[in-house]
Amino acid sequence: MTFTPTELEVEGAAGGEAGRDGAPAAPPASGRRLARAFLRDRAAVACGVYILLIILMAVAAPLLVKISGYGPLEFDQDAVDPNLGGIPLGAAGGMGADHWFGVEPGNGRDLFARIVYGARVSMLIAISATLLTTFLGVVFGLIAGYFGGRVDMVISRVMEFLMAFPALIFMIAVLSALPAENRQFLLVLVISFFGWPYLARIVRGQTMSLKEREFVEAAKASGATSAQIIFKEILPNLASTIIVMTTLAVPGYVGTEAGLSFLGVGVVPPTPSWGQMIASSVPWYAVDPAYFLIPGAFLFLLVLSFTVLGDRIRRLLGEGMA
Amino acid sequence: MIPLRFVANRVLGMIIVLFLVCLFTFVIFFVLSPDPAVQICGKNCTPEAIDQIRANLGIDQPFWTQFGTFLAGLFAGRTYGTGPNAIDCAAPCLGYSFQSSQAVTDMIVQRLPVSATVAVGAAVLWLLAGVAGGLLSAVKEGRFADRFIAGLTLTGMSIPNYVLALSLQFLLVVTLGWLPFPQAVAFSDDPFQWFQNFLMPWIVLAIGMAAVYTRLTRANVIETLQENYVRTARAKGLSPGLVWRRHALRPALTPIVTIFGMDFAGLLGGALITETVFGLNGIGKMAADSITKNDQPVIMGVTLLAAFLVVIGNMVVDLLYTAIDPRVRVGSSA
Repeated sequence: MTFTPTELEVEGAAGGEAGRDGAPAAPPASGRRLARAFLRDRAAVACGVYILLIILMAVAAPLLVKISGYGPLEFDQDAVDPNLGGIPLGAAGGMGADHWFGVEPGNGRDLFARIVYGARVSMLIAISATLLTTFLGVVFGLIAGYFGGRVDMVISRVMEFLMAFPALIFMIAVLSALPAENRQFLLVLVISFFGWPYLARIVRGQTMSLKEREFVEAAKASGATSAQIIFKEILPNLASTIIVMTTLAVPGYVGTEAGLSFLGVGVVPPTPSWGQMIASSVPWYAVDPAYFLIPGAFLFLLVLSFTVLGDRIRRLLGEGMA
Repeated sequence: MIPLRFVANRVLGMIIVLFLVCLFTFVIFFVLSPDPAVQICGKNCTPEAIDQIRANLGIDQPFWTQFGTFLAGLFAGRTYGTGPNAIDCAAPCLGYSFQSSQAVTDMIVQRLPVSATVAVGAAVLWLLAGVAGGLLSAVKEGRFADRFIAGLTLTGMSIPNYVLALSLQFLLVVTLGWLPFPQAVAFSDDPFQWFQNFLMPWIVLAIGMAAVYTRLTRANVIETLQENYVRTARAKGLSPGLVWRRHALRPALTPIVTIFGMDFAGLLGGALITETVFGLNGIGKMAADSITKNDQPVIMGVTLLAAFLVVIGNMVVDLLYTAIDPRVRVGSSA
């Protein structure tokens, strides 16, 4: 990790409220320059590579499982010791040529296959929730910020109300009351329902200051409609904010999905998810630490990678949203 | 002084929000949850028995009547059923768990000491660690210590608390044997044991917050040090220590203290996972258990409690902030 003086300056100067003097003060940086600065940052590249790897793993899950030889739902009683209550045979949770990451104690399901398929579930939920949250946040933020007045008041009150909620507990309450079908879809809905105000609030603020700028007034004077102004004048100026906020939101959603699955209101067994794998490893942690360490490490690294990446992108784009 | 009208407005707003929270929670459970009467009735059930239970619970009534009864129960208590089998639920009645034959309020009160111990200990830990780490980071800005702490905070923010809990437990309890498996030992029984048993839950609950507070403190202090009045104070020759104490720290730490109030009020969510992993019988574990048992009244009671804590915490923090920080203007007239 190396800081150049300019980066520090940007960070220091942007410490306060974003866009205090109007629009986000992003310099007209070319995409290529940003990409080069990004590639120089070893930590950011490592994180990006890890995330790509996980996405690739998720996409290619059926293929990978064919190569490794065991499906995520296949029991392998030969890999566990029935005399010891189902502890995996062999060192480190039964790791070896047969089962690359070892097996689940008790029923001998292949951990590699479950990790790979779990990545599918985790990424799918996190990315869908991010897309939906971003969509809702941008739409409501734009509407509230651009039209102001009563519309703004209603949307702002709703946002305050949702943000005042202890979201995790409410998600648990909602999910525990809902039927168990379509859990993945419900998870996305519930996470997004409580997640959009955080982006909307920032989009609203920036829209409010952007719409006072000259280029918007010029567009208005030349007869542009509200829709044209919003989509052609304001939205492009919000792009970097939205990118940063979105990248920073993903790790939260990955963690939330895992946490909800850990508590038993998320993805329903036998569908694997990393959080749920860790939950089922709790009774075994003392005798078979590999069982919680493997999904735990994958989860931790994924959240860490997204967090670091979001941080770096924010610094690159020179945004200051604390 | 805080203007009285502001306080009144704030309290009124809080009451409205609390009402909406109740309504919202009630709607969730009213609309979404499966019929509790079927659950209570068990296997040898007749339609008549179900009707009887429904009448006893009052869930044969229309929505608004039920909601009214629930609200009344919060203030004045209520009675489930009639005759010799009637169950009294004293105010503030958050509901009645038919699975454990106890009022939800009583269940919460019984488990409050454990939860409070976990919460307060964790809060002290993260506040101290966060502010200390942030100050150190700010003083050593850009140097090794700063970068090291930055790495630690990223790790602390990213590690899911149940993964950390299991790792610590495996390392410190199973492998090294330094700590006992956490149990809720009372402080009055054995202070040293108490400390040993609660140490891991405190660390696990505190670590994420400590990371966030470190970053906040660092950013606030660095920003404050660039303010003009700090430059003035330095220029007129105040000693560095005095500049720090009198001009830099107070404005930098005020927002931390106020955010702390809100985070503390919202701690129940995190306690859910921590208490479950360590098997500490607090409110969080009770909520997690009732998810598994599908004990709706308990989930609803805890949800309401959590929301109340957050809403009230927000208000207290708002009022305190207005009192502490003269820069916050109240309305246009003040």
